[in-house]
Amino acid sequence: MPDLIEKNVPAQGAAGSAEPKPEKPRSLGLDAWHDLRKRPVFIISAALIVLLVAFAIAPSLFTSVDPRAGDLQHHYLTKPNYLHFFQADWFGYDGQGRSIYARMIYGARASVVVGICVTAGVTVLGGLAGMAAGYYGGWVDTVISRVTDMFFGIPLLLGALVVLNAFTTRTVWSVVFALVALGWTQMTRVMRGSVITVKQSDFVTAARALGAGTGRIMFKHILPNAIAPVIVVATIALGGYIATEATLSFLGIGLQDPTISWGIDINSAQKVIRTAPFALFFPAGMLSVTVLAFIMLGDAVRDALDPKLR
Amino acid sequence: MGRFVARRLLQMIPVFLGTVTIIFFMTRMLPGDPAAAMWGDKAADPAQLAAFKHRMGLDVSTGQQYLDYMGNLLTGNFGETMAGRKVIDVIGEALPVTIRLALLAFVFEVVVGVTIGLFSGLRRGKAFDKTALVFTLLLISIPVPVLGFIFQNVFAIQLKWITPTVQDSMNLGQLMLPAIVLGSISLAYVARLTRTSIAENIKSDYMRTAIAKGLPRRKVIGTHLLRNSMIPVVTFLGTDLGALMGGAIVTEGIFNVKGVGNALYHAINLNEGATVSGFVVVLVLVYLAASLIVDLLYAVLDPRIRYA
Amino acid sequence: MTTAPEKTTAGQDRLVPGTPLLEVRDLHVEFKTRDGVAKAVNGVNYSVAAGETLAVLGESGSGKSVTAQTIMGILDMPPGRVTAGEILFRGQDMLKMSNEERRKIRGRKIAMIFQDALSSLNPVLSVGYQLGEMFRVHEGASRKEAKAKAIELMDRVRIPAAAQRVNDYPHQFSGGMRQRIMIAMALALEPDLIIADEPTTALDVTVQAQVMDLLAELQAEYHMGLILITHDLGVVADVADKIAVMYAGRIVETAPVHDLYARPAHPYTKGLLRSIPRLDQKGEELYAIKGLPPNLYKVPAGCAFNPRCDVATDLCRTEIPALHQVTDRDGAELAGRKSACHLWKETLHG
Repeated sequence: MPDLIEKNVPAQGAAGSAEPKPEKPRSLGLDAWHDLRKRPVFIISAALIVLLVAFAIAPSLFTSVDPRAGDLQHHYLTKPNYLHFFQADWFGYDGQGRSIYARMIYGARASVVVGICVTAGVTVLGGLAGMAAGYYGGWVDTVISRVTDMFFGIPLLLGALVVLNAFTTRTVWSVVFALVALGWTQMTRVMRGSVITVKQSDFVTAARALGAGTGRIMFKHILPNAIAPVIVVATIALGGYIATEATLSFLGIGLQDPTISWGIDINSAQKVIRTAPFALFFPAGMLSVTVLAFIMLGDAVRDALDPKLR
Repeated sequence: MGRFVARRLLQMIPVFLGTVTIIFFMTRMLPGDPAAAMWGDKAADPAQLAAFKHRMGLDVSTGQQYLDYMGNLLTGNFGETMAGRKVIDVIGEALPVTIRLALLAFVFEVVVGVTIGLFSGLRRGKAFDKTALVFTLLLISIPVPVLGFIFQNVFAIQLKWITPTVQDSMNLGQLMLPAIVLGSISLAYVARLTRTSIAENIKSDYMRTAIAKGLPRRKVIGTHLLRNSMIPVVTFLGTDLGALMGGAIVTEGIFNVKGVGNALYHAINLNEGATVSGFVVVLVLVYLAASLIVDLLYAVLDPRIRYA
Repeated sequence: MTTAPEKTTAGQDRLVPGTPLLEVRDLHVEFKTRDGVAKAVNGVNYSVAAGETLAVLGESGSGKSVTAQTIMGILDMPPGRVTAGEILFRGQDMLKMSNEERRKIRGRKIAMIFQDALSSLNPVLSVGYQLGEMFRVHEGASRKEAKAKAIELMDRVRIPAAAQRVNDYPHQFSGGMRQRIMIAMALALEPDLIIADEPTTALDVTVQAQVMDLLAELQAEYHMGLILITHDLGVVADVADKIAVMYAGRIVETAPVHDLYARPAHPYTKGLLRSIPRLDQKGEELYAIKGLPPNLYKVPAGCAFNPRCDVATDLCRTEIPALHQVTDRDGAELAGRKSACHLWKETLHG
């Protein structure tokens, strides 16, 4: 952690000294970015994610087939035709005669929206709670920490099952709600620990001695220095939330028709696994690649933000 | 040490009560009228319905229900299923199966995970390390249902080593494959955590001292490195046993294991509030017990905690 | 004094007084990192005899610690790499030994004391275990014997109530006590040579003196060689016999300790001496050597010190000065005195 903090303090007097070429001081974020751009893992995962987000935003650019249109008579479990690139039958048809390729593309939206919204939700909610707990200490910390402990006692998948069952119709937003409600405490712990470490640094004491207000100290001095571990955990967790959504949908307690989710497709393919393994393979593969992309991104970000591990 | 245990036990009580409260209100948020649902599509006889509600304790305010529920809980009464079976009996049937499954998965992830992590950490940047990183990355990325089907397909349908589903849920041999599936994601985390921890500690000053003392490599690693590096791993493992019990819901479904996950899944589908909260309460207790054991282990491993 | 069983035979290989116990010859060490190759040690020569104390003086980055770690065999390789040189211990080149042979020398024949005892002791093992480990590994002592010997050692370094504190953990001791435990650990097997890397830097000034005195006393008692690595001229004066001053991976001056204090023969040493605060200079501005320590990735051409030197000439900027024998005004050699400065005469006599 000290390395992280020191890096953010500009090297004082470096420019004025007699040294011929002083190293230009860089912020941690900038340094991490320079580092990231050179990592193949980052480049591959970022490219995959850009593609997925494109699927999510404009699926019709990639396929003109209606993913919900099923033709049981003509297409029931029709085998893929791997040479028909980007066509309805590229990856075959599912048990309801729908184009698997089109459903793969359209399924990205639910996963990406759930992943990003849940991560944003838990980061903001958990981050604020963690900052309050770490900064104020005392009874605020006690209350927040105990509540965190209580939520921690409920496994995410289990809790989500219970919460989601309360909704008669479940949309992407109900899944987001359930996962944020149960998942925020993870970020609270990370942020709290990080804030406590940073709070003890000399530059915070200095800022306080100079008369900076609470808000200024919290958001201007502590937050930028405490955020790195939160970003790392959030990036890695993003992939996990996508997997959780798929698992819930697979169990039939997550997303429902007409929302298109790879988890639902995996569930329906389960019944025909022996006769039509391709119906399982493509949504499952797509899901795995998506989770993989986000976890790889998290790995790369962590390596870049945590110079200790270099 | 005795005082440390006592303190941790006392701290657990409010956490337990809080968690159970959260669960109560979550299950009472279940929609519709579970009692009326018993009669299916037909309109229920008001007198019968009232009697049933009374028997289930559903005819009072939510606040009163909460007090009754907590009272029963503290006296060990989990209530009855809609069909009139004692919830505690349903739990008693399913829990031993899932505990076996989870423990099997746990042992698997610890043994294999720590071994992979240790060698990876010691050989950072070498071929073994790179392979292990890719392998664990794949494990983390493949969602459990998918992994379950892959294993089922390869080992049961293609290789015919085992039957696709578990016939005898108490048979450890048959539980092996579901346990591997259940523990695989955690295994990847354990391996990665161990690797990071080893790689971090290997650079520490006390490791340099251990080498300077002329200790043989096996002692330097076994006594000095591994023990220090296990501290963060143990923390993870504490929260993981609970997650394994929860995660069993998918694995048990795929392999038809008659455990907590299966029972819970059916209870949720049938709107059995009492059964659901009963199971979740037990899982929370297991989780808290696991985290207590971990805390103690933590204190054994790290004297700085013990004397804090 | 407790004598370890094998120690009786060790008496035979005690050397003739004056012949070096350890001799470092033309050692070169470099580090390969993402930013390039850092030349940390560039041809260092020094020697220590039994019972002798050599102080190695230098700023951080001068290569003093890297040299010590190379002698000890605890340098991280990679990124570190010994590119040339020999390290003779009792006449045998340790760099040519097998790992197992070197391991048996570490701790038993050559021991090391580190700067920060808190991080250098294992936080999760009791000090008794860590001390006893020396006997268990090198002498096959039983758990019980090892513990008894650990208590004895703690007594020797004057830790109060050793028998009660043997099961305590490092964080339960004060800084000075922890450093005593480090010293006890180094002394455990009565080695021939102790390397102390900044042993008192992390301690309070009052404790510094106590720890330093203890070390000097025990050294005399066991007739060990001692290499004392430090950046603090004050620590050196009382205990060292001779001093080697290092700069940018080279030795720039060697001298018997009092000669060096009285008449330095290198401008860098001169600058270091001038930058010690003195009571009789009250009111005057404290001297500081200008500029920054050298960048090991880009050591200046010629004498590495030239950009910071007040008297540097064109020669200093182009040619690396050799380590000259220093003579007095009449040309008579001054025993043990060498300087790597083109202008050593002017510095010494002018």
